[in-house]
Amino acid sequence: MTGSADPLAGERHLLVVLAHPDDEAFGCTGTMTILRRRGVPVTYVCATLGQMGRLMGRPPMATRETLPLIRRRELAEAMRIVGVDDVRLLGLWDKTVEFEDPDALADRIAAVMTEVRPSTVITFHPEHSGHPDHHAVGRAALLALDRAGLDPRPRVWMPAIRSDEVKLDLPIQVIDIAEVAHVKRAAFAAHRSQTTGWDERLAASETMRRRFEWMFREERFWVWA
Amino acid sequence: MQPIDPAALKERLEQMAGEPLYLHLETTMGAYTKNTYGAFARNVQVRYLRAGVGGSGPYRVGLRLPDGWVVAEGLTHWEVDDRGRLLMAGHDDEGRLTVALELSRDPFPMSFTEEDQA
Repeated sequence: MTGSADPLAGERHLLVVLAHPDDEAFGCTGTMTILRRRGVPVTYVCATLGQMGRLMGRPPMATRETLPLIRRRELAEAMRIVGVDDVRLLGLWDKTVEFEDPDALADRIAAVMTEVRPSTVITFHPEHSGHPDHHAVGRAALLALDRAGLDPRPRVWMPAIRSDEVKLDLPIQVIDIAEVAHVKRAAFAAHRSQTTGWDERLAASETMRRRFEWMFREERFWVWA
Repeated sequence: MQPIDPAALKERLEQMAGEPLYLHLETTMGAYTKNTYGAFARNVQVRYLRAGVGGSGPYRVGLRLPDGWVVAEGLTHWEVDDRGRLLMAGHDDEGRLTVALELSRDPFPMSFTEEDQA
């Protein structure tokens, strides 16, 4: 991609606000990698450690009590692969984000926005992202954007992995990530407790297999108004 | 974790009877499953009078409280970890967690910022 057709041209700082380690691995590590390779700073705010996940590796490599530390290390390894060294863990408990005080959460995210002044924010669509924590994080990030009041206001992209099923009245931005697909695959595999045995899961669902193939060619985002 | 040895588990449970303990109790089908159900409670303080292990695998565990019960079923694995916490869990045949019952003398951690410096 070159010249004015490059949707990432002129990017100053990408801020990613998601809920669980590995959320980025599906939706946006390709975009994160491309920007890091161009020297653009990327900050990743991750709300929880995904410590209530039921996937423990196959065979299980974790207990409920060791899973948070394992997932924290997996995230660190994935971010080393992608080249992102600014990771902010908010330390919330998995599956509880929607029950937290939304104002307090928005304030914490707004503080990061004010600090790094992103040109683009990637966060979850507040209604079509498949998990209550995702929706709560997306709501909080949008509230934070209002509070931070950045000028210019960053553009907001929301991973649209399910855009084959979910049709929204929002433009879709496509980022071609073929050149860094191998990096995205390695970062995905780094979340070992969550992604081992993935092939078998794909074999069971045509929709999942199609999305998974496509996930390593391009990343699609709903563009929030 | 190891597959549950019901006699050894019952012995360990009986050793912890009468003590003030913290409980983690959970069932899960996974948050991405359609029509999911489940529940969890973490760091609920309990003291039980007696404990039983039932079934022939997967196992059931029941804890008789002074005024009630804690019961979990579908348990397949257990361990006493390096902090002396008794961790019991059920896994399905793909290794996924289905149920967890854990007992600890100290509160289960809710934050992992200082612990992971290694």
